[in-house]
Amino acid sequence: MEILKHPWPWYVAGPIIGLIVPALLILGNKHFGISGNFRHACAACFPAGIRYFKYEWKKEIWNFFFVGGILAGAVIAVSMLNNPAPIVVNPKLEAELAAYGINDFSSMVPRQLFNFESLFTLRGFIMLVLGGFLIGFGTRYAGGCTSGHSITGLSDLQFPSLVATICFMIGGFTMSNLLLPYILSL
Amino acid sequence: MDNFETYMPTELKSTPVGIAKEIAETDFEVRSLDTICLNESEKQHPLWYNLKYSMVGIIFGIVFVKAEIISWFRIQEMFKLQSFHMYGVIGTAVLTGMLSVALIKKFNIKTIYGEPILFRAKKFNKGQVIGGLMFGLGWAMTGACPGPLFAQIGIGAFVVFVIILSAIAGTWTYGFFRERLPH
Repeated sequence: MEILKHPWPWYVAGPIIGLIVPALLILGNKHFGISGNFRHACAACFPAGIRYFKYEWKKEIWNFFFVGGILAGAVIAVSMLNNPAPIVVNPKLEAELAAYGINDFSSMVPRQLFNFESLFTLRGFIMLVLGGFLIGFGTRYAGGCTSGHSITGLSDLQFPSLVATICFMIGGFTMSNLLLPYILSL
Repeated sequence: MDNFETYMPTELKSTPVGIAKEIAETDFEVRSLDTICLNESEKQHPLWYNLKYSMVGIIFGIVFVKAEIISWFRIQEMFKLQSFHMYGVIGTAVLTGMLSVALIKKFNIKTIYGEPILFRAKKFNKGQVIGGLMFGLGWAMTGACPGPLFAQIGIGAFVVFVIILSAIAGTWTYGFFRERLPH
C-alpha cells in the first residue's frame, strides 16, 4: 500500500492509459476521447439551433459516465493514496516560477494561480478563462484532444492525428517558452 | 464508408450541397453518430450499463493523479524539455494502444456483446493544424488537456470548473462559427 502512495513512474502509468483504448472498444465499441464531452454538453444544454449541436447526444452519454469516473478516481487517489510531500519540480522551473511569485508546490496545480480570486486578475483570467476557451475551441476545430487524437488516433495509425499531435506540441512549446513568461509577469 | 448522402443529416440536404458536403465531411463525430451501424444495440441497454465506463474512468482518474499527469508543473516541464516523465507516459500509452488495436484487428476481437469492433478513418483538414495549435496554447496555459481537467476538480482544485465552463463556451463558439471557418 505504501508504495502506491508515492508518485507512480511513467512506465507504470503509460501502459495503463494505453489499455483504456482496447478496454473501451471491447466494452462497447467506444472510442476513447474526452473533449467530445464539451460538445455533448452544448448539444444537451444550449444547442441554440446550431447544426453542429443537433444530433442525438444521448447516444454519447457513456462519455459523461466516463469523465464522472475520472473525477471519482481522482477523489479516491487523494483520499486513499495521498502523498503529503510537495511535488518535486525541476530546479530550473522552480527558480523561474519563483520570479513570478509562484513558490507553492503543495498541490499539483500552482495554488497561487488556481484559485477563485485569481480569476479577477488579468494573469489569472488569461490563463484560466482564455486557456479554457482555447481548449474548447481548439479541440473541436481539430476534431479531438490528446486522448482522441494523440492516443486513440495514433494507436489506429491515423495520419491526421499525427498532424494534430504535432500541432498540439508546437502550440504548447510556443506558449510555455515564448508567451507564458509575459502572461506570468502581468 | 458508403454513399455520403445517405447519412447526411436531413437539415443539411436543404442547404447548397457544396458547402454542406464540405462541412459534413470534416465532421466525423456527427457522421459516426448518424450511421446506423454504431451504437445501435447499445440503445436497448438500461442507463446503469454505462457504469462500466465509470469504472474505467475511475482507474484512469487514479493513474492521472498518482502519476502526476494532471500537474501543471509536469506539463510545463514537458514543454520546456526539463523532464522525460510526460514523454514516457504518452509514448508508452501510444505504444500500448497501437499494439492493442493491432491485436484487435488481427484476431478480429469482438465486444463483450459479440459485435465487431469498428474503426473509423479520420480525414485530414485544416482544422487539425489551426485547431491543434489553438489547443496546444490552451494546454500549456492551463497545464491540462480535457481529461485531467476533470481529475483536477477531483483533487479539490474547484476553480478548474471555470476552465471547463470556458471550454464549453469555446466549443459552442466553434459550433456557431464552424461554417465560416477554413476546414
